[in-house]
Amino acid sequence: MLKADVPELNKSDLLGFYRQMKLIREFERESERQYTRGNIKGFLHVYNGEEAIAVGAINTLRPDDYIVTHYRDHGQALARGMTSNEVMAELMGKATGCSKGKGGSMHLFSSDLNFMGGYAIVGGQLCIAAGLALAVQYRGDDQVVLCFFGDGAVNEGEFHEAMNLAAIWNLPVIFFCEHNLYGMGASSKETLVMWDSLHEMAAAYGMSRYEVDGNDVLEVRTLMQKINAEVRSGSGPAFVVARTYRLRGHSVADPANYRPEDEVDYWAGQDPIPRFREWLTDEGIATVEDFEEIDASVDEEVVVAAEFGESSPWPETAALYDDVYTDRPTEGIPA
Amino acid sequence: MSVITYRDAVSSVLREALDQDDRVFLMGEDIGPYGGAFAVTKGFWEQYGKRRIKDSPLAESVIVGAGVGAAMAGLRPVVELMTINFSLLAMDQIVNHAAKIRYMSGGQFSIPLIIRTVTGAGASVGATHSQSFEGWYASVPGLTVVTPSTPRDVIGLFRSCRELNDPVMFVEHILLYGTRGEAPDSGDFRIPIGQADLRRTGSDITLCGYSRMALVAAQAADILAKEGIEADVIDLRCLRPLDMDTVVTSVKKTHRALMVEETTRMGGFAGELVSQVQEEAFEYLDAPVGRVAAAEVPMPYSFPLEQQAIPSPETVAAAARKLVNGA
Repeated sequence: MLKADVPELNKSDLLGFYRQMKLIREFERESERQYTRGNIKGFLHVYNGEEAIAVGAINTLRPDDYIVTHYRDHGQALARGMTSNEVMAELMGKATGCSKGKGGSMHLFSSDLNFMGGYAIVGGQLCIAAGLALAVQYRGDDQVVLCFFGDGAVNEGEFHEAMNLAAIWNLPVIFFCEHNLYGMGASSKETLVMWDSLHEMAAAYGMSRYEVDGNDVLEVRTLMQKINAEVRSGSGPAFVVARTYRLRGHSVADPANYRPEDEVDYWAGQDPIPRFREWLTDEGIATVEDFEEIDASVDEEVVVAAEFGESSPWPETAALYDDVYTDRPTEGIPA
Repeated sequence: MSVITYRDAVSSVLREALDQDDRVFLMGEDIGPYGGAFAVTKGFWEQYGKRRIKDSPLAESVIVGAGVGAAMAGLRPVVELMTINFSLLAMDQIVNHAAKIRYMSGGQFSIPLIIRTVTGAGASVGATHSQSFEGWYASVPGLTVVTPSTPRDVIGLFRSCRELNDPVMFVEHILLYGTRGEAPDSGDFRIPIGQADLRRTGSDITLCGYSRMALVAAQAADILAKEGIEADVIDLRCLRPLDMDTVVTSVKKTHRALMVEETTRMGGFAGELVSQVQEEAFEYLDAPVGRVAAAEVPMPYSFPLEQQAIPSPETVAAAARKLVNGA
């Protein structure tokens, strides 16, 4: 792709994409550091290597569009505009987190941003995305729903239930598969019959389908501009498969020893951030000084976020019982 | 006050919801031209059209999941799982999603979703279609579980459920659709969620049930009354929230209690009732709290075997008699 292929994007837009990708990468590095220090508990699934997808896709949405995603959700939350502070604080279980510390890393939500949640039961979010799209259609509105999941989710029954419902009812939802070749530790080559032509799964549902280089932020963005416009105009659901790779293991606890060395090396060479940086340089859009300035501001932002999270208060003990129900206290609150 | 069937009661509150609130739509298997597996939505599709009456694929997970999503976007879906047996195929959406999204989002999203479904044994439909899982759902924080046993309760409870902003399991009973009862005339009639109903009063024992078993308990009380044993009969009406105050007050008066339910005994909901009674009223008890439940078997098809497996007025009366007489 040449600069001339994206005439609508100016330098500020393009460097904005670079900054978001870099922010996600550095945020994840910081979150791993905080995990190692014991400030983040439980599971931590980092997004390293897949940044071009969140940034390329989410920047094509309107503020009133809906996003639903999976448990590897920090990147999408940041790309949608959640602050590093509120995401890091949520990872640390603090009261200042986006979900008041109740959700954790895998369950980020923001009602202000129509960020309808990270979901940690693989495949479940596709059904919820279909329902959001149903609501849009029911009201006669023109939002789209963007639903992220991984190639592992394609093997779940809920994938097929949601795909069929969306297709038969012509719902405005984009099912976006981040095809990183692994479902946790199992290679999709061993578990998913259509792994090498995954987008063709949607043929069975008569659905528009696309494949894209998920490590090229502009390719993702360009494709999503087109798909959004179609889905918004009532063409029905679409299925997108973005080929990508986790540069880290399934979770921080996973050294990913099951992956062949040549595969890891190949994908390290496809890292979306150096690729985009090289493109910006080759096209004469950005200079070393531009990158240095952005990188420094990103480094500062994640350090500030970590400090914010660490210094934030834990939830009050009474918060344990809050928000189970909207209309009444939950059962079993000690007197 | 008119007399209507339980089926008509369900139909009437669904029509009322559709007429009063455009955010309400129905979604489920065969609720369209077929009219619903139990004829509850007969004529709805013709009257309200495809927008409001969504005849869905046989896909329980997305029926509930799409209901959750639509509720998050501000609609008020009423979805139907044809029977509670099929709800197992939607359990991920009910338990992992509908019940937890409000809490996990720190209160940012409510899920005003009513999941109607059908429980119960006794219809000669075999082991996979005769189960009573409402007690399982009552163990999930975030859910509300409602089990009406009369047309009046269907109307009063459903109206109250519509006023909630959280997910509800509205559990109807397969054998009750044809039963008749008085229906309130007033559109304002409500039954508060989490309020048990003391159906009959007596001083010798407390019989406590829900859904059809509340009616069986009342029939058992009729038998016992002829023998001079007077029972309090309580219909719980809701399993979550659970009105233990009514139960405990009764037990403190009668000093004996028998819990009746249609699911199997092991891990059943009656065990929770027994536990709470002994926690709250141990020193008032003159006998161990008893349970009558289904036989510990998959439900048999053969009619006499199935009848043998389910609590009946006679088996409930026998168990009560034993508690009262100490024999």
